[in-house]
Amino acid sequence: MSALERSDVARLAVLARIDMTDDDLDRLSGQLSAIVDAVATLESVAGPDVPATSHPIPMANVERDDVVDESLAPAEALAAAPQAQDGRFRVPQILGEEA
Amino acid sequence: MTDWSLPEQAVRSTAAQMADALAAGEVTSSQLTQAHLDRIAAVDGPVHAFLHVDAEGALAAAESVDADRAAGVSLPRLAGVPIGIKDVLVTKGLPTTAGSRILEGWIPPYDATVTRKVREARMPILGKTNMDEFAMGSSTDHSAFGPTHNPWDLDRIPGGSGGGSAAALAAFEAPLTIGSDTGGSIRQPASVTGTVGVKPTYGGVSRYGAIALASSLDQLGPCARTVLDAALLHEVMAGHDPHDATSLREPIPGAVSAALEGASGDLSGVRIGVIRELGGEGYQDGVRQRFEEALDAARGAGATVVEVSCPSFEYALAAYYLILPAEASSNLAKFDGVRFGLRVERETVERTMAATRAAGFGDEVKRRIILGTYALSAGYYDAYYGSAQRVRTLIQRDFTAAFEQADVLVSPTTPTTPFKLGERIDDPLAMYLNDVATIPANLAGIPGMSLPAGLAPEDGLPVGFQILAPAHEDVRLYRIGGAMEALLTRDWGGPLTAQAPALPTSTAEVAK
Repeated sequence: MSALERSDVARLAVLARIDMTDDDLDRLSGQLSAIVDAVATLESVAGPDVPATSHPIPMANVERDDVVDESLAPAEALAAAPQAQDGRFRVPQILGEEA
Repeated sequence: MTDWSLPEQAVRSTAAQMADALAAGEVTSSQLTQAHLDRIAAVDGPVHAFLHVDAEGALAAAESVDADRAAGVSLPRLAGVPIGIKDVLVTKGLPTTAGSRILEGWIPPYDATVTRKVREARMPILGKTNMDEFAMGSSTDHSAFGPTHNPWDLDRIPGGSGGGSAAALAAFEAPLTIGSDTGGSIRQPASVTGTVGVKPTYGGVSRYGAIALASSLDQLGPCARTVLDAALLHEVMAGHDPHDATSLREPIPGAVSAALEGASGDLSGVRIGVIRELGGEGYQDGVRQRFEEALDAARGAGATVVEVSCPSFEYALAAYYLILPAEASSNLAKFDGVRFGLRVERETVERTMAATRAAGFGDEVKRRIILGTYALSAGYYDAYYGSAQRVRTLIQRDFTAAFEQADVLVSPTTPTTPFKLGERIDDPLAMYLNDVATIPANLAGIPGMSLPAGLAPEDGLPVGFQILAPAHEDVRLYRIGGAMEALLTRDWGGPLTAQAPALPTSTAEVAK
């Protein structure tokens, strides 16, 4: 597996929606490369005949009774919002000027 | 005998003793709760186990218990016994941060299921305990609000992520606390603070309202100074919850009766399997010595000790550090500055998210989100996440085979005694090694306990003894852990925490 380059970290940071400064990228790309090297040993350990475990205790089709449950009142749900208006979360514009 | 009029004696009692004294009318919950609030005021400056103390709420809950008791109302066993809650659990009306700036000042509008159960058990909530940010860490170095210090040596780590919950116990600031264990965050702090911590079978305790780190690994559990106290709290926390789709539909384990049965110290007929791969090289001499002595004690009480091999454990740490970041990167997407928490406003919502997450997350959180985003990205998914999930199957198979040879499996909980705060903060890989012995249980979903094995001779710091049981067999932890505790404390003349050095105290009064 390939090493994680600084440019890879920059691209991943965009995907993960985290602004990073040049200092952040320098520091994190070095640390992340070391981590990726350490975890990259796995591919050869378990062959394709070994099934994947996504969940430690297997369960399927978990359902509950189809009844109305308690839920938050709109005012409670909005109480911690950075901005709210007319019973809704208020956010800056979704699309930029150029869109 | 405890003189309950003396706060310094009261706070050093076990939760079981407190419950009995409350029921017998020897002490009131108001007295007990005030004694703990005073203790927090006196010692928590340098320890920093708590992020938030709710003196008013705790005393109100205590007074209500006292009034009901005086009126002859039937009350739950732990009614009136105060508790601390890890800041990963949401608490209606009480600040909840998960150790992150991105949630600073957030007041949740609802209670986690476990919070609700604690309130229904009528236990006064002293406050919220410190933790590594979003439970990512083994030292509390990664708390955005400053680390917790180990009461055994204030320069050292209290473990993590639940360092606050463990330190609060060792500093006698609370008799019981709640933790969460994704890769060892209950057991490793218990190990390095000389306390007891239990990670139940995955699904045994509802995760509803626990701020998720890695959903297939996270499990909440009890933290205490004795096995019986952990059992009492386990029974309060456990049980099916329709709000958590992974919640088990089985009865609450009889943890308390198992702990009481174990307290006889008899291990006749019990088969104990020592995991070869979790010991030896890389484990500190004093850790190995105390572990071997504990095994000798078990043999002396009638146990058969066998060695078992779990060859895939060699890959557990690597699998964990792919699965955890992958799940965490997804879980933490909700912190986007839209509905709650921090917002750093920019022209568009997308730029607002990126600026908010840059300002709100610490370095370790950013590292793991980037790593998880990478592991899940197109072209790498099967090589990384897929491989890790197949290794997870191998680890489960190792456990299944080992449990055919033994009733429980054991190892040192951590390779070393607590190291200095800050020592590994810029070396993530060295930090990750703390959890090498605890991670396999999370990958397999099985229950585990850490209990004190004594102090390492070379540094006088606590060593933890880990017990693992098959899934759904949590009672074995309490049965065998109770016996091990009885055997070891017989030699020590009392709980290990009684040997912890005195802490510097301030005389500041708790604001009421």
